[in-house]
Amino acid sequence: MLKIENLHARVEGKDILKGLSLTVNPGEVHAIMGPNGAGKSTLGNVLSGRDGYEVTQGSVTFEGRDLLALDPEDRAAAGVFLAFQYPVEIPGVNNTYFLRAALNAQRKQRGEPELDSMQFLKLVREKLKVMQISDELLHRAVNEGFSGGEKKRNEIFQMAVLEPKLAILDETDSGLDIDALKQVSQGVNALRSPDRAFLMITHYQRLLDYVQPDFVHVLADGRIIESGDKSLALKLEEHGYAWIAGREPAGAQA
Amino acid sequence: MSIETSENTLLRDNAEVASALGRRYEAGFVTDIETDSLPLGLSEDIVRQLSALKQEPEWMTEWRLKAYRHWLTMPEPHWAKLKIGAIDFQAISYYASPKNRPKSLADVDPKLLEAYDKLGVPLHERAKLAGVAVDAVFDSVSVGTTFRKELAEVGVIFCSMSEAIREHPELVRQYLGSVVPVGDNYFAALNSAVFSDGSFVFIPKGVRCPMELSTYFRINAGHTGQFERTLIIAEDAAYVSYLEGCTAPMRDENQLHAAVVELVALEKAQIKYSTVQNWYPGDEEGRGGIYNFVTKRGDCRGDDSKISWTQVETGSAITWKYPSCVLRGDRSVGEFYSVALTHHRQQADTGTKMIHIGKNTKSKIVSKGISAGRSSNAYRGLVKVEKGAEGARNYTQCDSLLIGKRCGAHTFPYMEVKNPTAIVEHEATTSKISDDQLFYCRARGIGEEDAVSMIVDGFCKQVFRELPMEFAVEAKKLLEISLEGAVG
Repeated sequence: MLKIENLHARVEGKDILKGLSLTVNPGEVHAIMGPNGAGKSTLGNVLSGRDGYEVTQGSVTFEGRDLLALDPEDRAAAGVFLAFQYPVEIPGVNNTYFLRAALNAQRKQRGEPELDSMQFLKLVREKLKVMQISDELLHRAVNEGFSGGEKKRNEIFQMAVLEPKLAILDETDSGLDIDALKQVSQGVNALRSPDRAFLMITHYQRLLDYVQPDFVHVLADGRIIESGDKSLALKLEEHGYAWIAGREPAGAQA
Repeated sequence: MSIETSENTLLRDNAEVASALGRRYEAGFVTDIETDSLPLGLSEDIVRQLSALKQEPEWMTEWRLKAYRHWLTMPEPHWAKLKIGAIDFQAISYYASPKNRPKSLADVDPKLLEAYDKLGVPLHERAKLAGVAVDAVFDSVSVGTTFRKELAEVGVIFCSMSEAIREHPELVRQYLGSVVPVGDNYFAALNSAVFSDGSFVFIPKGVRCPMELSTYFRINAGHTGQFERTLIIAEDAAYVSYLEGCTAPMRDENQLHAAVVELVALEKAQIKYSTVQNWYPGDEEGRGGIYNFVTKRGDCRGDDSKISWTQVETGSAITWKYPSCVLRGDRSVGEFYSVALTHHRQQADTGTKMIHIGKNTKSKIVSKGISAGRSSNAYRGLVKVEKGAEGARNYTQCDSLLIGKRCGAHTFPYMEVKNPTAIVEHEATTSKISDDQLFYCRARGIGEEDAVSMIVDGFCKQVFRELPMEFAVEAKKLLEISLEGAVG
């Protein structure tokens, strides 16, 4: 589904990713862990097409298409979703309205019929139940005045409605207390399916207690230097990132 | 207390909007002047002739002359944050129906027609808006008379100013110039001398006007001329909602517009006045475009009266406009809700004045300025609390949104408070549509232009809420169209 090969990327003239390779198949949950500055968030931003990230080498294909050639909105329509580390506030724009505009823009791009208000509302009601989110959030402006936990839950709720094929969660666990972390994790778990893949970027192991990954990769200095199953995360937790530092990049990935 | 600040002055470029003015008039008016037109230029003689052509009574002629004489003594104002080329008042015809209006929609600029399409303007209205000689295309008289009959049944007078001068002279004499005196300011004096026409509304005691006067206006008052004069009187406990203008772009041969609007609210009366201004703004380089100098003032003359101004300004090369409220009656309320959008080389200096005279008077100002391209957008507001205005309250919120790097936003709030019990609050923000906001929208699948209009719409919400429903929808679309090409 997603194939990243020898990816090199630069931000403000500085090389951040230095030959990252990764393959993700449908239904898989991959955790990307690593110390600060390893390039974790850069990976998420490059995959979703943010301005200012220059790919200098390598390729990314998504379902056989050159992902890097697509505009951000087209990547979204193709089924790539980024849950933001810092979701942005858009004052005055109703959350439900925003989400419907997003869904319909994607559907239009894919040549599917747009949903009218009634159909959309029905969809939202279904998803609300699964996500355990109060519908009060829907009536507010996008992320405006939301607490940290509400913002992250709103991201997961958007993901539920947009039903992407590949969800990239950029430090979704950061800044959450334990209750919020549980709720967010429940949301993610509810969305796991054989057709949907997840790329969870995280600094801490604790998210992985709630969302069990199939693969864990350690990112350091712009490369994946170690891959394994979830026991790798536990080892990291125990020994710290220093334990793995200085190793040579790992070979072919899962 | 008096405060003046200029916030967030970004790089601006000189807007060379002026040079086209003289040229256009020469091109437009040398040919084929109709028999009932007046020659170019302004003099006492012209004012007399104009009044005679309009078959006005002697008192009206004298009123105009008084204004004209006063105007001669006044200097042109230059305090606004606008770059305006010299206006040649002798190069304008003060009573002319230019013949070079398009004969059918086929002769109209395709861009204009495209805009009508996007706004969903009904077909039969397009010709009128585009300035096609309407009589042949669309007969508005019958529609007009239907509404009028319904209004007359409850005692509401709604007619053109010319008609009011002839048929309701006692009301016109009592109220005309009572809110904006003939010598109030340079452009108001000019308007008083040469006003072409406008609307007259009278709502008698206790009557709630049975319809939004917008409906009628949109269909029936396309061409009111460049010096529009409007007078609205709401007697005790009367209510009226009036909408001026139209979201569809209006073309006009006349480049200088100087309108005066006077509102009078007596005891417990309420007037809600909404404007959508979309005059031709000039092209991307600022060529052409309307100069719009407007004096709008409401007088809350009676206790417990309320006047509310709502405006959405997207047109004109230059906008100079400060709808104001004089809060004379005790507990009277003044409101001002404004969205002013400038793009390309447009310049706007707009805001309001709230003059608190009566006790426990309240005013609220919500101003949203949006600048794109190389435009300049200034908010200028005065909140004045007179000595006797015990317990006066004002709340001002003034937000600016910048799109791109070459536009400017400025805020000039003035406050004069002479009563210690007054509470005056001012909040101002300046923001940019951030790359983060745009990327967030795009990462969810929303294209860049749609994302911008969505963010702008959110920014304007507070003001759009105040508009009559159907116009809120149109105003939103209008902003989208006005912002096309603002990013990327």
